[in-house]
This record gives sequence, C-alpha cells and structure tokens, in this order.
Amino acid sequence: MLGKLDWSAIPFDQPIPLIAGAIVLVAILAVLIWVVVKGHLPYLWHEWITSVDHKRIGVMYILLASVMLLRGGSDAIMMRVQQAIAYQSNGFLPPEHYNQIFSAHGTIMIFFVAMPFVIGLMNLIVPLQLGVRDVAFPTLNSVGFWLTATGALLVNLSLVIGEFARTGWLAFPPLSGLSYSPGVGVDYYAWSLQISGVGTLVAGINLVTTVLKLRTKGMNYLRMPMFCWTTLASNLLIVAAFPILTATLAMLLLDRYLGFHFFTNEAGGNVMMFMNLIWAWGHPEVYILVLPAFGIFSEVVSTFSGKALFGYRSMVLATMAICVISFMVWLHHFFTMGAGPDVNAIFGIASMIIAVPTGVKIYNWLFTMYGGRIRFATPMLWAVGFMVTFIIGGLTGVLVAVPPADFMLHNSMFLVAHFHNVIIGGVLFGAFAGFEYWFPKAFGFRLDERWGKLAFWFTFLGFYVTFLPLYIAGMLGMTRRLQHYDVAAWRPWMFIAAFGMLILSIGVICQIMQLVVSIRNREALRDRTGDPWDGRSLEWATSSPPPVFNFAFHPDVRGEDAYWDMKSRAQQQSLEHEAPEYQDIEMPRNSPTGFICAFFATIMGFALIWHIWWMVILGGIGAFATFVVFAWRDHDEYVIPAAEVARIDRVNLEERRSLVSMAGAL
Amino acid sequence: MNLLDPQGPVAAANSTILVDSVFIMLVIVVPTIFAILAFAFWFRASNPKARYQPGFVYSGRVEMVVWAIPALTVILLGGVAWIGSHQLDPAAPVPGTGSPMRIQAVSLDWKWLFIYPDQRIATVNTLTVPAGAELNFQLTSSSVMNVFFIPQLGSMIYTMNGMVTRLNLRADNEGKLQGLSAHFSGDGFPDMMFDVNVISPLAFPDWVVATAKTDAVLNEESYKKLMQQGIEKNRLTFRLDDPRLFDLIATQHIPPGPGPELLSDAGRPHSGGHDAR
Repeated sequence: MLGKLDWSAIPFDQPIPLIAGAIVLVAILAVLIWVVVKGHLPYLWHEWITSVDHKRIGVMYILLASVMLLRGGSDAIMMRVQQAIAYQSNGFLPPEHYNQIFSAHGTIMIFFVAMPFVIGLMNLIVPLQLGVRDVAFPTLNSVGFWLTATGALLVNLSLVIGEFARTGWLAFPPLSGLSYSPGVGVDYYAWSLQISGVGTLVAGINLVTTVLKLRTKGMNYLRMPMFCWTTLASNLLIVAAFPILTATLAMLLLDRYLGFHFFTNEAGGNVMMFMNLIWAWGHPEVYILVLPAFGIFSEVVSTFSGKALFGYRSMVLATMAICVISFMVWLHHFFTMGAGPDVNAIFGIASMIIAVPTGVKIYNWLFTMYGGRIRFATPMLWAVGFMVTFIIGGLTGVLVAVPPADFMLHNSMFLVAHFHNVIIGGVLFGAFAGFEYWFPKAFGFRLDERWGKLAFWFTFLGFYVTFLPLYIAGMLGMTRRLQHYDVAAWRPWMFIAAFGMLILSIGVICQIMQLVVSIRNREALRDRTGDPWDGRSLEWATSSPPPVFNFAFHPDVRGEDAYWDMKSRAQQQSLEHEAPEYQDIEMPRNSPTGFICAFFATIMGFALIWHIWWMVILGGIGAFATFVVFAWRDHDEYVIPAAEVARIDRVNLEERRSLVSMAGAL
Repeated sequence: MNLLDPQGPVAAANSTILVDSVFIMLVIVVPTIFAILAFAFWFRASNPKARYQPGFVYSGRVEMVVWAIPALTVILLGGVAWIGSHQLDPAAPVPGTGSPMRIQAVSLDWKWLFIYPDQRIATVNTLTVPAGAELNFQLTSSSVMNVFFIPQLGSMIYTMNGMVTRLNLRADNEGKLQGLSAHFSGDGFPDMMFDVNVISPLAFPDWVVATAKTDAVLNEESYKKLMQQGIEKNRLTFRLDDPRLFDLIATQHIPPGPGPELLSDAGRPHSGGHDAR
C-alpha cells in the first residue's frame, strides 16, 4: 500500500535531524495557524499564491531562496564544526549523516538558494526595465515557481522521512547507482531536481521570450539595461543546459528504477558518460548564476557612480561571449580522469578564455567608477566587495584551469575555496546587492542602511576568514568531503574556518535584523517617488511598489539609460505629461494552476521516491488534469478601467513632478 | 603533505607551474584590486577634489587596453597550460634509475590494494617503493570511483571499475609520505588514507623478501573477501598467487564489489563506515 514507506523511515535514533525537523514543523504549523486565525488566508490565496503578477512571483522566489539559505547555511555550520573537531575523532556527526549534509548543502545552495534568488530578481525587475506590463507567459511563470518550491519541499522532507543522498551534490555513479546507494536518498535528490528542473526550464523559456518579444517602444536591443542582457544570456543557457540535466537524471533514474545500464559498472554502463553529461549542464549552470549577478552589479555601479555604464557595447559583447564559451569548457572538471594531453590542454585554454570577457567586465566597472560621484549605499558596498573578491576567485579559477596545477588541486579544499570564492563573492554578493537595491521598488520602503552595512562588513570579513584557510588546507593536500582526518597540519586551518563561519553567521543575523528594523521603521523609510537611488533605468519610472499594470503608459525609450534620459528632458521642459489620456488596461487573471499543479507534482514526486505506484498515478493524472482545465479556460484577462488607472497613476505622477521640479530648481 | 614541498620530479614540476601561474596572474590582479579601491575611494561623492565626468562612458583606447590585458595574460598562461599538459601528462614516462617498477593499485571500499606483480606480493593501505626508480602505476577500482593521489609525489588520477588508468611517478627522497583518495567514495572514504614508504633501492629487495614470507595469500577468493565494504586498520600483506589478478579485476572477470545491505525497506542502508572508530 505504501511502497517502501514504513515507520523505520523516521530517524528516531538520530536526534539532530529529528529535532531540526520538529522545530521546522512547529514553526510552519505556528505560521499556518496564525495565518488562519488572523484571517489572512483569503488574502494570501488571492494576492500571492494564485498571483500571476511577475513582481509577486519574483518576491516569492526570493522568499523561498532566503528560507533555503538558512537551511543550507545550517548545513554549512555543521560541516565546519565537524571538520574543526574531527581530528583523530569521529566528531559529532557520523559519516552517513555528514555525507547527507554536504550533499544537501550543495544541492540546496545551488538549486534552491542561488537559482531562485537570481530568477526571483529577474522576474521582479526585467519586465519593469523593459517597460512592459508582465512577462510573456504569466501563468507558466507561476507554475515554474511552484514547481521549484515542490523540489525544495521534497529535499526538506528527506530530513525527517528517509534520508537524503550521501553522494555529493552531483551524485556521481556508480556510487549513486542502486548497488552502492540502495536507499531513497538519491531518489529524493533526483526527483527533487527533476521537478524543480521543469520549473527552472519554464522560467527560462518565459524570460527569454519576454526579453526577445516584449519590449516597450524604442527599447532596441542596444538600449536594454545590462541586467536585461545578462538575463537574456543566462536564460538562453537555462534553455540549452537544463534539458541535459533532465536527461542525465532521467537516465540515472532508469538505472535505479527499471534496471537499465547507462551508468552502472556492469553490462556496458559508462560512468564517464555521466561525468561528461552532468558537467555539460553543470558548467553552464555556474554562468547561469553569475551572469545575472554581473547584470546587477552593472546596474548598481552605474547608478551609484551617477554615470552610464562604461563601454556598454563591450559589456554586451563580453556577456554573450561568456554565454557561448561557457558551453565549451565542461571537461576541466575532470582533467584527472585520464584524458590525453591535447584534450586537457584545449579545455584548459578554453576555460581561461572565459577570463577575458570576465576581466573586461571588471575593467568596465572600474572605469564606470572613474569620473563618477560615488555614493556608498549598501548595494555599492556589495559591488565593490564583489569586485575585489571575485578577482581573487578568478585567479584561483584560472589556476585550476591549468591542467598540471589541477593535477594537484582537483577535488581539494583549494577547489572548495575557489568555487565558494566565486559563488559567494559573485552570486551571493550579487543577490544581496540586488536585494538591497530593488527592495524599495518591491515594497515601497528602503532598507535600514546601518544594519545593511553591518551585514556587508561581517559577511565580507567572514567570507575571507572562512575560505582563505581552506585555500591553505588545499595546498596542504587536504581533499574535500572528509568526515574525519588524522593530519595535524590541517587542524588549525579548520579551526579558523569554523571561526569565520561564526562571523558569516553574524552577517546573516544582521541581514535579518535589517529586515526587522526596516519593516518597523517603514514609514520613515518610505519611498514616495519610486526613485530612491536616482536611478537610470525604467523600473524607477513607476511608483514603489508599482501598480499591478506597472506602467499606465508604455514608456517611450529614446536611448540608453531610458529613465535618466526622461528625467533630464523633463527637467529641461519642467513637466512630464501635460494631461494624460488614460485607457483601459487588460491584465492576466490570477490562476491557481501553478499551485494545484505543484501540489499534485509533490504527491507524485513523493510517491515515486517511495515506490507508491497508485499515488504516482493519482499525482500524475491530477497534474495533467490541471493543465487540461487551464488549457480550456474561457477568460484569462480582466480589464482595469481607465478611471481606475488614472486614480492610481495620478498619485504617483504628483510625487514625481514635485521631485523633478525640486531637482530642476537645484 | 604540503604541495609546495615536492618529493619527486612530477610534483616539483606541477608545483612550479602552480606557483608561476599565480605570479603571472598577480602581476595583473594586484594593480587591478588596487585600482578598484583607489577609484572607489577617490571618486567618493564627498571628495570635492575629484572631477565628475558623467560623459566618460566610452573610450576606444581604454577598451583596447581592457581587452588586451586579460587576453595577453591568457595567451601567456595558455602557453604554460599547453606545454605543461604535454610534459606532465600523467601517462608520460618519468625516467629514473634502474628498471621501472610496476605497481597495480586497486581502490576497494574503503582501502587501497597495492599489487606488485613482478615481486608477486601485495599490500593493503601501505605502499612501499624504492627511491629514484620510475614507478609505473596501473590503476583500477573494485567498485565506485576514487582518485589515487600522493600529494608530495604529484599528479592524481581516477580509478574506475572496468577500466585501467595510468600514472607514472618517481620518489626522490627516502622517507614516509601519505597518500589519499581524492574523490568521495562513500561512508568509509576518510579512512582511505595510506602510507607511502620510500626506502633505499638497496633495502627494497630485502623488504620484498620479508613481505613474501607472509602466510596470507592473495587470490580470487581472498580478494573477494577483501573487497567487502569496510575499513581496514591493519596493514595487511599478501603473497600474490596469480600475477594476472589485476587484469581479472580490471576486465571484470571478478565482478564489481557489492554495496551496502539494506537494513529495512525504508531506505536507510546499514553503513559500513559506521563502525569506523
């Protein structure tokens, strides 16, 4: 009846996951009860869960990423503590638990923190920057988000029901095959990623279509803000790379469920094929994450330097070069598998070539600052911190792209330090910069600067104290994923790294405090003009938060930095619109399709993991039926009457005029 | 296990390339970091002396320099990578004194088996080699992937079931080194560290004779017992029954080692690594 599921799936003998699970469960229940008792349920349902508004979906993506960041961060703390104390002892985590933790940490941080964070920011901002009212496929957007949430839910379920993969975040066979991982851990891993992978793919298709097809009047490709370009590049990579991941995991699942032999030791399976395929997705994946971060930094550096981006066309070229070359370098993840010197050298050089456009970006940000009038608000601190940190990560990255150096550093703590250097220093700093920068746009009030700056300095410092020792440990021959070790020379560095983790945690606490303090002081921090940073692109041309239709009129773009341009012209002419003639606006209707579809996908995923076949069929039919019902819909849009548009827009227009005339008077 | 304290020519060449590459890049990276901090500081809004030039958004000359600097660095490093990859190909010979020595290494769950086919002996978790001789490693795995790595001797290489990978090294100085697996292979993975005894070429034959005196015999049967999942704390030594044992493993005539047993259906397998200590 319940497949492989029985009471022994609950880890009663392991207090850590059990207590952690219980706390999370109580917290979720408490929130749910509070929501129901306070009567917020209808609001949540109508305004958020069924919303197809790209801004709301973006916010939900970021919320998901933030919650999962805490989960992945807890894993990180446990790992650092374990390695600090597990010198000639077993530490506090037995191997089967430690191995789950580092596998879950990697999986969560990449798929359920970094991905939803950048996709959330792209969702929130790109339609605004393009001057349009929504993304190309609003309901599909909602489906994408809820499927990502399904994946995250399944990963977290594994904490208390069964186990998670003990194979590392890429689950290399044969270790992840049925012979060596007979438990449900790898199934949790694979089905979570299959389901959330579909979500990511539809998000990618959606954003590519949005950038290519939905731009306001005059928004040529070469007038698009840099963030839109990096969004385009990143989502092209998603569309091209995620199907590889899906196919690879599907083959692994066929091996595990139906006795196929794609990646088994026996019967002609080829484990090296898995390595190639997973990295053919995995390497573009890191650029999927970091390209949007580059876009965020371009916006931030330009805005806070009070200058247009230096070498805009060069930046576009560099972005697209990275997009293309990132597909040609995957082999550098396994130089040590015995490929010949020609193959190794070619892939090594190809990997270094990516450093050229990336270096160009750094220099262009540098020259954007040159001659600027730099305001060091929190987003700008993150940007400068990123530039310094990312260069070091780039240096170590090019180093491991030199095959003979990689022969010594492959899989070492040096490598661990390198990719945290670029992912924390690049993607996470970028996500935080974007969060600080666009928060006022999403919620209508600014974040507290004092706590924001504290968060930056603790995170920045904590990063170095945590990861520089790991570089050194790698130089001392330490490999990754060690649950315990007997080498005395490694120990002091593990101590320092654990201490660094403490500083990083304080950074996270500051970030939470910033949110709490800002919400409490929101009236004082209110952004009435919609343009708190003296911005340059179109998202600042509307109110904060923007009305559901974003813009009452499609903005008319006449050059790069569209809104800056409008502000300059408005100052000269001292008015924006004479007497605007408002028109009815059609907007997509809310739809529960995404939520219901993900509900059935969760059931199906869970049932697949535990081999509960009747439930698989139930979930599958449910998810399919949801789509069929949606496909047969009669009405998918509603009309906002012109009078209502006028009422909403006039308020904003007054604020904006007073701002412009004030600036003009100065 | 310091990578910068190499004990053989391969490690020495690898670490030279490593250090050289870092210095080549530092020449660019240090001034760039300095410029970032300097520009950010000088052009702060509160500095009245800094000249605001909002129109400075394109300069062909700057663009050329900006593309040229990383491109030139990469051309230089690309040369290093190309030459280095060829000279330091793990399968390339490493000339040494005397005739090369064949060693066949098998990664088991979770221990290393070292077979000396010419000496007809085998050891577990201890590798004894003569100083100065070329060491020809043939590597395979009984089950999952591992990576064979002796940090102070240089290049690491994967071990995979049903396949043979090659690696040539040389140890120059007598002494005790440590090796490890550099690819996660399951619950007993941390205990896959092994000792490397580099002894004088004169003492080596004596060691072989002493080792061959053991009663334990390595044949298909005892190998199958050895490949069961578990950790081996004793430094086992064997007389080698059949010098073709490695080929039987690598060609899967001896089937791959078994994985863990499921304690219950509910997906939490019993872990061999659990009793590590």
